[in-house]
Parts: sequence; C-alpha cells; structure tokens
Amino acid sequence: MNLVLRRVAAMLPALIGVVVCIFVLTRVLPGDPARTLAGDQADPSVVAKIRTDMGLDQPLHLQLVRYFADLLHGNLGFAWHTGHSVASDFASRLPATVELALVALLIALVAGVPLGVISATRRDRPVDHAGRVFSLLGASMPLFWLGLMVIVVFYNKLGWAPAPLGRVAEGINPPTGITGLYLVDSLLTGDFVAFRSALSHIIWPALCLATGSTAIIARMTRSAMLEVIGQDYVRTAVSKGLKPSVVTLKHALWNAAPVIVTISGLQFGQLMGGAVITETVFTWPGIGSYVVQSVLATDYAPVQAFTLVAAVVYLAANLVVDLVNARLDPRIADA
Amino acid sequence: MSDLLTISDLTVRIDTSRGPITPVRDVSLSIPKGKMLGLVGESGSGKSVTAMTITRLLPRRSVHVTGGRIEFDGRDLTNLSDRSLRAVRGKEIATIFQEPMTALNPVLTIADQVAEPLRVHLGLSRRQAADRAAELLDMVGIRDTARVLRDYPHQLSGGMRQRVMIAMAMSCEPKLLIADEPTTALDVTTQLQILELVMDLQQKHGTSVLLITHDLGVVAQTCDEVTVMHNGQVQETAPVEQIFEAPQADYTKRLLSFLPSSRPRTREARPADEAPLLKVSDLVKVFPGRRRRTEPVTAVDGVSFSVAPGRTLAIVGESGSGKSTTGRALLRLHEPTSGAVTFDGVDLLGLSAAELRAMRSRMQIVFQDTYASLDPRWTIERTLAEPLRLHTDLDAAGIRERLVEVMELVGLEAEHLERFPHEFSGGQRQRIGIARALLLNPSLVVCDEPVSALDVSVQAQVLELLKDLQDRLGLAYVFISHDLSVVRLIADDVLVMSRGKVVEHGTVDEVFAAPKHPYTKALLAAVPSPDPRARLDRAQRRELVEAGTKEAVA
Repeated sequence: MNLVLRRVAAMLPALIGVVVCIFVLTRVLPGDPARTLAGDQADPSVVAKIRTDMGLDQPLHLQLVRYFADLLHGNLGFAWHTGHSVASDFASRLPATVELALVALLIALVAGVPLGVISATRRDRPVDHAGRVFSLLGASMPLFWLGLMVIVVFYNKLGWAPAPLGRVAEGINPPTGITGLYLVDSLLTGDFVAFRSALSHIIWPALCLATGSTAIIARMTRSAMLEVIGQDYVRTAVSKGLKPSVVTLKHALWNAAPVIVTISGLQFGQLMGGAVITETVFTWPGIGSYVVQSVLATDYAPVQAFTLVAAVVYLAANLVVDLVNARLDPRIADA
Repeated sequence: MSDLLTISDLTVRIDTSRGPITPVRDVSLSIPKGKMLGLVGESGSGKSVTAMTITRLLPRRSVHVTGGRIEFDGRDLTNLSDRSLRAVRGKEIATIFQEPMTALNPVLTIADQVAEPLRVHLGLSRRQAADRAAELLDMVGIRDTARVLRDYPHQLSGGMRQRVMIAMAMSCEPKLLIADEPTTALDVTTQLQILELVMDLQQKHGTSVLLITHDLGVVAQTCDEVTVMHNGQVQETAPVEQIFEAPQADYTKRLLSFLPSSRPRTREARPADEAPLLKVSDLVKVFPGRRRRTEPVTAVDGVSFSVAPGRTLAIVGESGSGKSTTGRALLRLHEPTSGAVTFDGVDLLGLSAAELRAMRSRMQIVFQDTYASLDPRWTIERTLAEPLRLHTDLDAAGIRERLVEVMELVGLEAEHLERFPHEFSGGQRQRIGIARALLLNPSLVVCDEPVSALDVSVQAQVLELLKDLQDRLGLAYVFISHDLSVVRLIADDVLVMSRGKVVEHGTVDEVFAAPKHPYTKALLAAVPSPDPRARLDRAQRRELVEAGTKEAVA
C-alpha cells in the first residue's frame, strides 16, 4: 500500500509537466481558434467577442491556471466539430479504444510469451530461426498496410471477417453499459449474441494492432529467458530432479517475468498510439479515429485532451508495471 | 567394502566458440559407501566438470561425454534416459553448489524450494511437504524455522542459505551428496559450521560424499580419501593421511609445498621502532542510511594503528568486519567520518583535493578483483601509462622505459604491455595490479585481499613477489585478508577486526601463539589445518568457535 502511494506521488510531477507542455504547445500552434470558429467572413467584433468568451484575451499564465482548474473539474473543452463537450465524446469513445488495446495486448502476450520461451529453450534450432523471421516481419510491417490487407483478404475475398464498421454488427444492440467494454459488459449481462458479434468485430483490428507488440514481446521474452536459464538457481532446480517444464516455467519464467511485464507496460502505451491508425482503417469508433477527425477539422480541444489521456494511460501503465513487478520479485518490494 | 559410485575412464568434450576442448581426460575415481572422497585440484583442473557430469548438470548443447562409464549403484548413468536420470537427481544423488547467494531461486520462498524434491520424489502432499521441510531446516541447525520457511533467499545470510541448500539436498536422504566447493564463499567460522554439519549428516545417514575443493585444509579435516586432479587428469588417489604424509605424484608434492602453512615464516622485518610512516587514530566511517528506509551503518568504529616503514600490518576479519573499509578510508577512497590519518608527518584528512591527488602517488592500493579493476578495452600499456602521464612529467620514451622497468620488477615482460587484460591469467593480472601500484614509487601499498582469488600455487608466487618487493623497495604494506595462514606468512603485525572494532592487536608471533580475545581464538580454531592427524577434537573446536562468534556479535 505504501508502495502504491509512493509511486502515485511520484507520478504527479510528471503529470503536471505533461499538462504544461500540452498547454504551451497548443498556444504556439499557428492559427487563431476564434477566427476559425467565427469563419472567414465574420465581423472583427464577433471574433473579439468569441476571443473574450474563450478567455484568449487573458495573460498566458492566467489561461494556464484556468486550464488547470477546468481539468480538475473534468472539463476538457468543447469539440465544435461534433457539437459535444470533449469529456462526453471521450466517455463514449475511450472504452472502445481501451478495449481494443487490451485485447491486442492480450493477444500479444498469449502469442509472444510462449514464442519467446520456445525460442529460448530451443535456441538456434529451426523454431528459433522461424521466430526470429516472424519477429522481424511483425516489427517492420506498416500498420495501415496490414490493416488494409486484412480487410481485403478476410472481408472482401474470404468473407470471414464482418464489415469493418463499428464494434457490433448492425441491428444488434450494444450490451448495457457497465464498463463500456462490450466484451465484458455482454458477458456480465449474459448477452451472448452481442458477445459473439463484438468478438468478431474486435478480433481483426486487435490482431493487426498486436502484430508488432507480439514480435517485440517474443524477442524480449527470449533474451530474458536465455539470461535466466544460465543462472545458478536454474542448475539447482535441475539438480533436484524437476521436469524440464517445471524448471522452465516455474523457476526460469517466473524470474524473467519482470522483464516481460515491463515491456508489456511500454507496449500498452504504444498500442494506444497505434490505435489512431488501426481505428481509422477499421472505422473503429474509439478516440483514435476521433482525434484524426479533430485534426482534420482543426479542432484543438480534443487533440489536447487526447494527448493528456495518452500521457495518463502511459503513466498508469507504468504504475501497474511497478506494482505487478513488486509482487513478482520480493527483492523489489524490500528495496 | 563396495563402491557406491565408480567413474572409469571418463572423457568430456566441451564445444566452445574457439573449438572443442577436453577438460576431463580418462578420469577414474570411486567413492565407497558411507565415505567422503575429496576431489582436489586448482582452477581448470577439471574437478567441477567431472562432478557436474555425473548427473548431467552441464549445458547439453556443448558438453559431451565422449568416453567412459559412470556406474552408480549398479547402473551406468551415462546410458540412462533423461527421464530415468531425473529420478536419480535430487533423490539418490543430490548436489550443493559453491555460491549460496545465487544457487537459490530469488523469487520463490524457502518453503517452496525445500518442498519441491519432497513432492516430486516422495509424492508428499503440500501439507506433508511443508511439515517435513520444517523438520529438515531444524536438522541443519536453523532455529527460527517457521520464519525462514516464509522468507525469500535475499533475506538470509550466506551461511543460512548454504544450510537451506543442504536441507534441500538431504531432503530425500540421497545415497550420494556432491558438494562443489560448498564453503569457498563463506567465512572461516561459517565454513567450519557447514563442514561440521555435512560430516554429522554423513555419519548419521550413511551418505557418501564427493567433496570438490581447492582447499587442502578442508580436505585434511573432513575426507577419508582424496583424488588429486590436474589438467583434466587424475594425478593420484590415496587415503587422506597418505596424501599429506607420503604423496606419490609430483603434482601432489608441489601442491603441498605451496601451502602457506607448510612454508616457513622467514621474515626479517625492519624494526618497529622507526618513526611510523602511517598513523591512524580513532578512524570512524559511518555510511548514511538510504533516506528513511535503512539505518546508518558504522562500518569502522574507532580504529587506531600505525605502520613503520618497510613493515607489514595485516588487518584480519570476516566479511562485514570493516577491514576493507578501513583500508579505503585511510586512503580517503571513502571519506572518513572522523578520526586522524597521518602519512609521513602529513595530516591526510586536512589536505585539499589537489594536495591529496599529489600525495596519492605515494600511497597505492592493490585490489582483489584484478579483472574488474582493469579496463577490458585498454591495453596494459595504456592503463599503466595513465598515472605516469598524470603524476609525472616523463615524456613518451621515459614513460615506456618506466613501464618496462616495472613490468620486469613484477616478473612480467615488456611484450606483455601490448596485450589486453583478458589475455592474462589471474596471477598475471594480479602482477599487473601490483605493477600499477608500484609505478609511482609509493612508500605505502594497501593490499586488499590480493591473493584471495588465486590458486595456491599462484598465491605462493604472488606472496613471494610482494615480500621481495618489500625488501628491495622498502615498502610498507597494509595487508587486508580473511586468510590467517597467508597473514602468518607475510605480516609483522596483526590487527583483528570484528564489527568495525579492533578486538586484538599485536605482532604475528603474539597473536598466533597466544591469542587473547575469544574471537581471535575462534578464528584460529576455525582455520582448517592441512594435517589429517591434527583433526582437533570437534566438540572442543566447536565450543571455541561458538564462544568467539558470540563474543563478536555482542
């Protein structure tokens, strides 16, 4: 518990720094939001009125204070291209992105960790070489191209994938909102029709998004395992007459786990960023596609909010990594 | 009497990146039931490879048995399938390793690790295994078993961890226990306790033991028979008394002649009545705790001594006694917390950084770990030339001349200057370490465990070199060591430290012949004597050691 508080306290300065950076960056961007809002033909007095309404005539430091105050009240600004407050847009769209990133991370772990373990225990054998080739391909494949190929092959040609439009098929009611994650909500409410539809919709973009992370997690798992397998305590485990599977999975993998967890945390941040591309390709109604629309509409408030949310997610992922690692390795908790 | 394990004509090949090597060639040895066989040799002799080959603990990718048989209890282990061999490992043949710090899994509790062989080999339930694990810890002399079972390895001391390893190894009452340098990483008093434990268990359970060690003292005090290995081959096998009293093989004779205790103490030290070169009074070094989480540690607590020119003062103690910190603090490598250090009449602690740098050329240090203290990417010439460039105004030719001179002084050659650290043996690297210390003509050299990492034969040569240099250059040494037999050979005066304090201070003759403090007595009693007939009465020795260590803690 003590550890949690310490880590959260350590996050605060980083968070404040991020907010200040975002604020400064958006102020130095070219363009006048008031003029954009009013339109090219607007009367200067109208522009001035909008500017006063938005508080843009105030000194910069007062604007910053107001920005902080707004954030603390949960006010992320107004997205005029959708006509809603940014906070309400995020409330409806963030779960879609989080769900996509979580499913992608799950796929990357389920595929990457065993691949890494197998590569390490069969070092320099054909499996290891195949793993290396896959990792190279996976890490260097452009995400937008991969997404398009998946749609062309699995939707257009084979017809296995549903139309890349939204989170469930048309005509199916989304599950009652509890967490906002359709897979979880549909299971909680026992709505298996919605669950199947949601699963078939999320699996394809998640697979695309997971490819790069799978490759990286597999490589990192392999090198962490190779290091651990050479340790004295692994030899001790062998000398006790344990089965190779027990030696590998209990004695070695458990020690390699902190590395895997750390990499997964970093990857989660990457996945949130990668969602911008994947969501656009698959027209996934998350904050990734939303932020692309906002940029195209030169609507800055949502972009600011996205940056902030991405930073918070990144910090939160790191916090989770630290806490999980402290559970995995007693030496960290005692340090 | 029948043999439990018979190795005949064993040859092992290891494929390395630089081609195959055969570290074990035609090795034959046997261990009678219920006896302890010592397998002795220096590093690279093939003793560990031989032992680890018995249960195939070496990496299978690169290590291959190319000839010979390993007969154990009626079976040839080299022919067993992996599955059958697993049933032997941990159940019939158990192994304990040298490094207790790394041989236990850091993320699993002691309970989990001790219970594992019980559950795998004896099929005990979780509950039964936990109860049995507690009994086993109790058997190896761990008192607070409930707490230790819940602990992780990093919460235990080295001695405790080795006890846990032994408990784990004995859990299925194996017929053969392979102990690979089980006490090399431990302090002498802990070593004694661990060896006693192994011998007790051996006698109680009739276990056969294969003890791999480089320490002839340990062999003399524990083993029934001894096999001596050198360069991958067996040199001699004989009962322990015969090895020490009538060795047959030339190599055994040589090995025995290198023993510090077998060599006469021939010191004609300079008299102690000269004005001291180094005077240390009330030296204190406190390491501050890490913020609020740990307490500050007083590593050196009011240490005083002086060293006259040309004499050697040894600082002796076990790990954590503060002996190394004392050595570093007096050179201001660790800034002392309080106290006074006078070197050649100059108050060292009052010097500015620049003045201290100038003074450093006259006080040098030689470290134990020669590999870590040399930059692996620099040639020896580059490493050694650096201090000359910094501290002298010699030109390139002058530097080169001085380097050659010093290399010859320490028994190396000029051509060695072009090489890199990894191209040298441990003994040669220590000579380079000494050469570096001598470059600037110091009058005081602090030697921090300079021979602890070396084989006895090399150890003897380096000690000879140090003595020779002292005679020729009139050096004063502060010789930090845990090894009393080495200290007896090289030192004039001895300072015994425990927990940061000096417990005894006197000349070598006084301290070794008539130790006063119980801790000194314990240290002396714990050193294994390389004379099998001088096995001290074990109960009496144990008492001495226990009294002394208790005193040291108090």
